[in-house]
Amino acid sequence: MKNFLITFIIILIPIKSFGLIEVDITRGNLNPLPIAVSPLSIDEDSRKNFQSILKKKNVGSEISLIVENNLRISGLFNPLNKDAFLQAPDIANLKPRFEDWNLIKAQALITGKVSYVDEKLRVEFRLWDVLAGKEMMALAFTTVPNNWRRVGHIITDKVYERLTGEKGYFDTRIIYVAEEGPKTQRVKKLAIMDQDGANNKFLTLGNELVLTPRFNPTSQMVTYLSYFRNLPRVYLLDIETGTQEVVGDFPGMTFAPRFSPDGKKIIMSFAKDGNSEIYTMDLENRIVEKITNHPSIDTSPSYSPDGKFISFNSDRSGYQQIYVMKSDGSNVKRISFGKGIYGTPVWSPRGDLIAFTKLHKGKFYIGVMRTDGSGERLLTENFYQEAPSWSPNGRVLIFYRETKTDSKGKGFSAKLWSIDLTGYNERQVPTPTDGSDPSWSSLLSN
Amino acid sequence: MKLSKILKNGFLIVVACLALSACATSKKTTGQMQGDVYTGTDTVEYLASGVPDRVFFATNESVLTTASRETLRKQAAWLRKNSKITIVLEGHADERGTREYNLALGERRANAAKDYLMTYGISSDRISVLSYGKERPVDSGSNPLAWSKNRRSVTVKAN
Repeated sequence: MKNFLITFIIILIPIKSFGLIEVDITRGNLNPLPIAVSPLSIDEDSRKNFQSILKKKNVGSEISLIVENNLRISGLFNPLNKDAFLQAPDIANLKPRFEDWNLIKAQALITGKVSYVDEKLRVEFRLWDVLAGKEMMALAFTTVPNNWRRVGHIITDKVYERLTGEKGYFDTRIIYVAEEGPKTQRVKKLAIMDQDGANNKFLTLGNELVLTPRFNPTSQMVTYLSYFRNLPRVYLLDIETGTQEVVGDFPGMTFAPRFSPDGKKIIMSFAKDGNSEIYTMDLENRIVEKITNHPSIDTSPSYSPDGKFISFNSDRSGYQQIYVMKSDGSNVKRISFGKGIYGTPVWSPRGDLIAFTKLHKGKFYIGVMRTDGSGERLLTENFYQEAPSWSPNGRVLIFYRETKTDSKGKGFSAKLWSIDLTGYNERQVPTPTDGSDPSWSSLLSN
Repeated sequence: MKLSKILKNGFLIVVACLALSACATSKKTTGQMQGDVYTGTDTVEYLASGVPDRVFFATNESVLTTASRETLRKQAAWLRKNSKITIVLEGHADERGTREYNLALGERRANAAKDYLMTYGISSDRISVLSYGKERPVDSGSNPLAWSKNRRSVTVKAN
């Protein structure tokens, strides 16, 4: 967990913009771009050094596999089978024989080189437009060898950004609740992993119930709900140090925490005498403010990315609906008016949409609407699913899904899933145990 | 004699009407549910002889039913007799709601029970409230009957 925020030193950025291939991510992509990811070449000395440090036979190939897997998961790219590659990796990185790559229908090509320099891992890579026969991007950076997986994610982010025009979301992590045991006595632990499911680590032991972890968008802090000593309270956890502290001094249950976009406040619900209201606490001066004031349940607050508005969930109309108010609690407006009940509003990091969970006629949906409630679009329907969390670029949602049990109450499972904003590219996110309540981090390197 | 017969028949008619109206308000009356409130005893435990430990709720509701109020009056009587006992009211929801809303709903249900106990003279000092939301179902089924058992407030001895 240490050395996490090792800075990546980007050495050369000779970008010439040609306006070459482009990938449109605003629509469902039914024709993913054929891309060839040539294994990163590596000289024999470097290979042996990395083999002894990382226990990986060829770290160059391993990194390119990470890139390939990321590109495939994105649904926008179709990484081609390496068996068909004609040109050797080291030569391709110097000067691709475009007609060879053209022959296997590659439209883009990634080449690169890994070397062992001063006990560090140095990577350079290039992105080529095969049809135009031009280099689109060349970058190099150096890091500690243990960061080799992140190197693959950063390469993917750069390629994604160059080809789609938007920031990537691959050098990120997911914090979630790992679940095990029978449905009536689930054991739940906080867990964290890379966006692709690698490097899974449990952060708590499972002695107490933990729920709804959420990342601070500006640091490696997490806020979550813990039933420590049977007192459900919002906690703050520093992932780097493992330090935990309870947030505020409330005489009752606090829950549904999230950070403000600047990371300086926590917004949450406080339940007392059968009434849940929304509060904020400033993490620096510890000042607590009450934001809502209504005898109904007010919960699941989420700030707009500019911090000026808060969306939340209330049953003040009789059923759960989504509301938006100014961040001081004034100007409360209901925005969900479709059929069914609505919960878990989460503001997109781009600011234009609110993702939500909807229950209608016994089915659960993950959907999005504009921040005034117009343009409702349901992305996926299932027996039970909820709690969407946005990728940092606002293009993908991660959520969890639970299965229906059989007549004997068997067959329960909870899994993480992701889906593109387009409604396409729905896929299960691998976790070693069952999982729920995912929260997507910001980009780690920027 | 005749009058009593008429009354008897009338009574039967009233009973029949009640049964029919119960059918009319809930499509599936399984014998263990009225509306969608659980009325069975499968999961119920007893704080003392004749004192059930839990009350059940309709979907999304925290209103106490007639049966719930009766159970709570028994609990209040038992608590008055055993004045040193303190309790935790554990509020629960079924799995058909979002986690955060269910935490709030569980708290609201447990408080509905707490308020009722207080009107029968039980001091709030003796009662604490703990919501589990949908985290601790008693029945792992995914059907209306299982959900009705899980929408509950359970009175647990704390000392």
